[in-house]
Amino acid sequence: MLASLWQQLSDSPVPIDSVDLAWAGLAPVMILIGGALLILAVDSLVPRRLRPGSYALATVLLAAGAMVAAVPLWQRVQDAERGPFATAAGAIMVDGFSVFATFVILSAVILAALSFDGWLRREEMDGAEPYVLMLLSASGGVMMASANDLIVMFLGLEILSIAVYVLAAMHLRKITSQEAGVKYFVLGAFSSAFFLYGIALIYGGTGSTNLVRIATYLSATVLGDSGLVLAGLALLLVGFGFKVAAAPFHFWAPDVYQGAPTPSVAWMASGVKVAGFAGLLRVFYLAFSTYRLDWQPVIFVLAVLTMLVGSVLAVVQTDVKRMLAYSSINHAGFILVAVQAATAAGVQAALFYLAAYTFMVAGSFGVIAVVSRKGDIGTSLDDYRGLSRDRPVVAFAFALLLLAQAGVPLTSGFFAKFYVITAAIEAGSSTLAIIAMITAVISSYVYLRIIVAMYGAGDDVPAPRTIPLPAAAGLALVISLTVTMSVGVFPGTLASLAERATPVLIPESDPGAVDPSGVPPGP
Amino acid sequence: MIAIAQVTPVWYLVLASVVFAIGAVGLLVRRNPLVMFMCVELMLNAVTLTFVTFSRMLNDVNGQTVVVFVLVVAAAEVVVGLGIIVALLRKQPSATADDLTVLKG
Repeated sequence: MLASLWQQLSDSPVPIDSVDLAWAGLAPVMILIGGALLILAVDSLVPRRLRPGSYALATVLLAAGAMVAAVPLWQRVQDAERGPFATAAGAIMVDGFSVFATFVILSAVILAALSFDGWLRREEMDGAEPYVLMLLSASGGVMMASANDLIVMFLGLEILSIAVYVLAAMHLRKITSQEAGVKYFVLGAFSSAFFLYGIALIYGGTGSTNLVRIATYLSATVLGDSGLVLAGLALLLVGFGFKVAAAPFHFWAPDVYQGAPTPSVAWMASGVKVAGFAGLLRVFYLAFSTYRLDWQPVIFVLAVLTMLVGSVLAVVQTDVKRMLAYSSINHAGFILVAVQAATAAGVQAALFYLAAYTFMVAGSFGVIAVVSRKGDIGTSLDDYRGLSRDRPVVAFAFALLLLAQAGVPLTSGFFAKFYVITAAIEAGSSTLAIIAMITAVISSYVYLRIIVAMYGAGDDVPAPRTIPLPAAAGLALVISLTVTMSVGVFPGTLASLAERATPVLIPESDPGAVDPSGVPPGP
Repeated sequence: MIAIAQVTPVWYLVLASVVFAIGAVGLLVRRNPLVMFMCVELMLNAVTLTFVTFSRMLNDVNGQTVVVFVLVVAAAEVVVGLGIIVALLRKQPSATADDLTVLKG
């Protein structure tokens, strides 16, 4: 019955004019959005409170499900015959780059959700909302990483950011969380406006917002006056700079990281940054590669400033969250070094760095969430004195993660920094490589300071206290530590994945989709 | 008598850039969170005007569809932003940006 009805409908002579969508290509985003809405519906419809931890479990399962949905996409884009494809009228690009970024963003969701579970119970805030917001935010991040149109990228950026504003302001009993939320929101909206104005100017200069058409137009035409496009590019860079906390657009980061709930910060520092850099690479490396000589010096200056600010100002901090905020600024500078190279090796190094960094930073903030006390307080350096005695395992794990952030050999951080510096030297910017190494040394002082506080003995070590370690947070710690150490010993797997994750620009012909006019898509 | 010049699309672009600048400067100098937020809206509206003008100049409809997206995003931002600001003002009535100094260093 249904089959015959379906047959009749598909034989219908009038084709329904709609946008071709390769649903499989959008599956990860659909799972994230659908799952988030489902969790929200269940939360409001179920009369009794669900068992604690069920939302965290659902979030982890959804993120894992989205990962499973992304595996066939990876196989498809790596297949020589089928390859990457554009869908949704050329607005979404599914290539190795987007699938790789999707995996990294989803890992960040899993780690942050595991960290949220115990933290929310301790703060007596257990509920579905943080998980829903994080899933929606992740869907925006995936959209940003696979955007092939500046408007889709803007939408992804906003979906990503608006949810994170709420995550930052979520702790209603804590004034610093509110303050962090307002600061993040006002500056984030400010930067989004710049981003959008940049898109408008580029649209005016090139006549399109589609990355492929922009690239084609720019390579085919010599603009008499490229001022409009360059101004647009500069404004886009301001928007991206805010999102990834690159100096001089980093001012919000330390305040927001310190005030916002710690598991939210784990997501902000990992997932949001990955999405921001994925968008930045796609726009600058792909669409505006013809303007490379114009934007490379600007990124050079940004990278130097970001690395210096991130390492030097971290030294004078006394709050561990602020220290790690500055250290994440320093990491952003390192990734900018890879972006500045503007080579395939640079993109590979940036992706490797982002993947390694996600696990290190999410694990580190997971530790901070565990060590802090009720009310999300107790994040100053003094609170870490004697941690090796109170919780030796957590202290050891934190020490390893911090050493990885410093770039010590046998950790993923070493290879991340190594690939970035190699890419920079190959691209002929040895100056940048030298500055990067100097700032790495400066910021390792900060990490060692935390480790010394944890392991140091003396009169100023406070009385022993019990630090509960929730099972989920422990699992997050195990995952991040396992990845960090195993990538540090065997970097080849991740490096070869990153190598195959090159972003591509292909016109909007979708081999899998049916053209509504019946004409097969052109070459 | 002053000859009235022909209004070209460039006028609109200049107007939009001026409105954008007013919004940007306003956000930096005003201290009330609500007014700062209104400045952001001003900036977004300046961008919409730019999009429509370019759309007209290029004779391309895509620029006008963007405006709808921007309106939706701005509306979503209002919902979330006002929620955050009101939550803060409840805790700290008459809070200005200068009072937000718990977090610093």
